[in-house]
Amino acid sequence: METSFALIGKGYVIVAADTTSARSIVKMKNDEDKIKTVSPHLLMTYSGEPGDTVQFAEYIERNLRLYQIRNIYPLRPAAASSWIRRSLAESLRSRHPYSVNLLLGGYDTSLSEPKLYWIDYLGTVTEVPFAAHGYGSYFVLSLMDRYHDPEAPLEEGLETLKKCIQEVSKRLIVSPERYKVKIVDKDGVRDIDL
Amino acid sequence: MSIMEYNGGSVIAMAGKDCVAIASDLRLGNQMLSISSNFQRVFPVTDRIYIGLPGLATDVTTLRERFRLRVNMYTIKEEREIEPEAFTHLVSSTLYEHRFGPYFISPVVAGISKTPTGGIKPFIAATDLIGCINFAKDFVVSGTASSKLFGVAEGLWEPDLGPEDLFETISQTLLNAVDRDAFSGWGAVVHVITKDQVITRKLKARMD
Repeated sequence: METSFALIGKGYVIVAADTTSARSIVKMKNDEDKIKTVSPHLLMTYSGEPGDTVQFAEYIERNLRLYQIRNIYPLRPAAASSWIRRSLAESLRSRHPYSVNLLLGGYDTSLSEPKLYWIDYLGTVTEVPFAAHGYGSYFVLSLMDRYHDPEAPLEEGLETLKKCIQEVSKRLIVSPERYKVKIVDKDGVRDIDL
Repeated sequence: MSIMEYNGGSVIAMAGKDCVAIASDLRLGNQMLSISSNFQRVFPVTDRIYIGLPGLATDVTTLRERFRLRVNMYTIKEEREIEPEAFTHLVSSTLYEHRFGPYFISPVVAGISKTPTGGIKPFIAATDLIGCINFAKDFVVSGTASSKLFGVAEGLWEPDLGPEDLFETISQTLLNAVDRDAFSGWGAVVHVITKDQVITRKLKARMD
């Protein structure tokens, strides 16, 4: 089942999402990248209703890009999270709400701080040190309660992430086999091979 | 599954002698799964008014933004700060506008109001999700632990408490009530509002 998680460390955010694209009981694809780089220092994982997810993620991506073209500067993570939240909250009370859950990880270049926001399809937003969506969250959150350190260097953060992935593979019945991992820090966004 | 209990959380307000206090827990959950232990649901409206918004978390944020807009418009149009009574009616009418598709929030308002003679009076009130106001002179409760809060508050509250005693009373009431509620807890915050200052304290609560 779809799982995504993210955690903050010293000057970085690690964001991970599984790469399976499923329809009913069939895996259609196992190299789907479900993490979008929505601005130079901002990553967004998306999961939920297939169709809604890509549509909504692209809508966000293009609007944040439009903002940057108009104003030279991109939205900072806190402002981007507010705008995304509002889009979801307005959609919730419309005829066809998007059912998309997001994790928004970014590096605030003005504050020189990593930021992470947990966002669900209702438009609930909260800033957190670590977060997860999907069935994996039931295992991963308690694990991160134990091992997460907001001051940990990158290697230690990646170790925690590996523990999370192992735990999901071990305990979840229909666990995803592959994950895409991305990092955002002061230098921007980059992919990581575990 | 009730949508009012989906995210959990509780708020209580108490009146004292020339002071009021409003307190809330900090949990944000998805039913039984806790997501955050730092979710604020009590917000300042003016220097003398605070509002607590327990209920569905998405509507906490939506209503905070909406009230900020409406209070700003009021301040500009009237060229004065809003009084707690007027603000409570603003809350009530905002909620009743959505009578047949409501915001799932039952707000609590706490503030210090001015009397016509130039004195001050503590003010607390709560409404339901469609804006029915409950004015009280002792305490008001709201949220998933409201039934427990009623019981503890009924036992601990007494008239004319000073700011420090009121802080102690509201803190003990909240902490002991949320420990009996699975959907509230995970930290707490208390604001004591007096004539010329607001004291905000974070409480160390049970994290289980």
